[in-house]
Amino acid sequence: MSAVRAAFNPRSASAFDVERIRADFPILQLKIDGKPLVYLDNAASSQMPQTVIDRLVRYQTSEHANINRAVHYLSETATSEYEAARRKLQHFIHAREEREVILTSGTTDAINLVMHGYGRKFIKSGDEIILTTLEHHSNIVPWQMLAEEKGAKIRVVPINDAGELLIDDYEKLFNERTRFVGVMHVSNALGTVNPVKKMIAFAHERGVPVLVDGAQAAPHLQVDVKDLDCDFYAFSGHKLCGPTGIGVLFGKAALLEKMQPFKGGGDMIMSVTFEKTTYNTIPHKFEAGTPPIAAAIGLGAAVDYLSAIGMDAIAEYEHALLSYATEQMTRMPGVRILGTATNKAAVLSFTVDGVHPHDVGTLLNQEGVAVRTGHHCAQPVMQRFKVPATSRASFAFYNSMAEVDALVGGIRSVQKVFA
Amino acid sequence: MADYRALYQEVILDHNKKPRNYGTLEHASHHAVGHNPLCGDHITVALNLNLDPECVECIDGIAFQGESCAICKASASMMTVAVKGRTRTDVETLIQEFLAMATGKLDLDTPNHIGRLAVFAGVRDLPTRVKCAILPWHTLHAAFNSVASASTEAAEDPMHAPIGNA
Repeated sequence: MSAVRAAFNPRSASAFDVERIRADFPILQLKIDGKPLVYLDNAASSQMPQTVIDRLVRYQTSEHANINRAVHYLSETATSEYEAARRKLQHFIHAREEREVILTSGTTDAINLVMHGYGRKFIKSGDEIILTTLEHHSNIVPWQMLAEEKGAKIRVVPINDAGELLIDDYEKLFNERTRFVGVMHVSNALGTVNPVKKMIAFAHERGVPVLVDGAQAAPHLQVDVKDLDCDFYAFSGHKLCGPTGIGVLFGKAALLEKMQPFKGGGDMIMSVTFEKTTYNTIPHKFEAGTPPIAAAIGLGAAVDYLSAIGMDAIAEYEHALLSYATEQMTRMPGVRILGTATNKAAVLSFTVDGVHPHDVGTLLNQEGVAVRTGHHCAQPVMQRFKVPATSRASFAFYNSMAEVDALVGGIRSVQKVFA
Repeated sequence: MADYRALYQEVILDHNKKPRNYGTLEHASHHAVGHNPLCGDHITVALNLNLDPECVECIDGIAFQGESCAICKASASMMTVAVKGRTRTDVETLIQEFLAMATGKLDLDTPNHIGRLAVFAGVRDLPTRVKCAILPWHTLHAAFNSVASASTEAAEDPMHAPIGNA
């Protein structure tokens, strides 16, 4: 790894042809108020390459029908393309079986599926669920709803000043009542890459299943659910160069089979009478109603695109981007970076002294620079760092070093306005 | 397209840096806390309504404080300056006019009481920032009505103006 990394010249990035990649994304040609768009809000949603756009057009132009229903040509085509997308996603995360890949509407939907399908069936009064301070609201609120319904208790893993989970404290939270662990792979607010493999192994030694929220990990690093040995892994398509409205829940087949359905309806059944309904096998048991077929097929094309570049190459290049940006911003007086974990993905959360993040965001937008400002749906993280909000630049593999410079220049002009 | 920097004019930056009437008000007759759940910003507005027959329901004193962005803080600061000494009825009219201006529904060429507050007209082009500018005014209205808490999100808020996708 380090040898490859050393070969990177952050200014030329010759090992990774970012200009060629940028040409794949039509939206990157946009000008905002006459300035080239500098899109640094990838943790919120990423952009779509032409090949995925074309795939969506081809589907709607010549392949669309409802799936799993009729015997006609279009229905068979749509069904086989939808299932092909599932297999692509299976290989993308290295799942053992394709039936372990449930297509959901996104990460939130996937986590709610686990809460309803697993939590409501197996978690009882007095049981404990371990979450972390870093969690996105989508991996907090469903569990709070469950805890309230069942009389269960939520325990929270604290973090240090760098934004890293305190693993000793995590281990101490376990007791005979611990029934479930929910942890994010990569923090959306700070970029911290959590040691989930180690945390999963510890939980498994105590017979406790683990859900990993991979929304911010899947776009930035090679995900291997077999290697992690996680019980559930959730992520979203739109952060992965795919369409909105599609996401994935990976679940171990044995667990998925024991779970109760989340939503009832068509497709998730074998047979229905008013006396008794028999549920379909997995993954269909969890895919009630007509799914987002086009979005699923589009996401299949997106992971093809990413795999062709290579997730390792992407991680490598983004690391160079992050290092360069961190180096530049650390040198800026009055700028504070939140989240300084040793192991980080390409997210840079920061505050500018004396300037509210919303003012930073509005003024950066004037320079064409798109960042996220706010609490990033991670209010406990903001509370931990005693800030109401931050500005967040989140990078993708199609961002260039010149765009980092545009961000830095933009922050300087913000400081000038507020000087 | 809007010139975003136009919003960050000298007067707004000045009120942000040196907010007028910032702090608490002893023995306030009316008081409310305004909260913008979208960004976690909050401000408190406290005021004293004069019951003297010569100026019934005049704002004798007003103060605000809180955590907020420059737009919100400057809006609150300039609001306190604009409403001090005026009657509740006049101020209610001004609140309506300010909300209308911020949401692009006020023609500044028609007679109005906006005056120097016109520096906030630019927020109408920044849907996500409209709430920042109007939070102090919502809160002032809530204070008049002794509503415990104003919010730019709450549907039951009587002042919840239809503000597009803001």
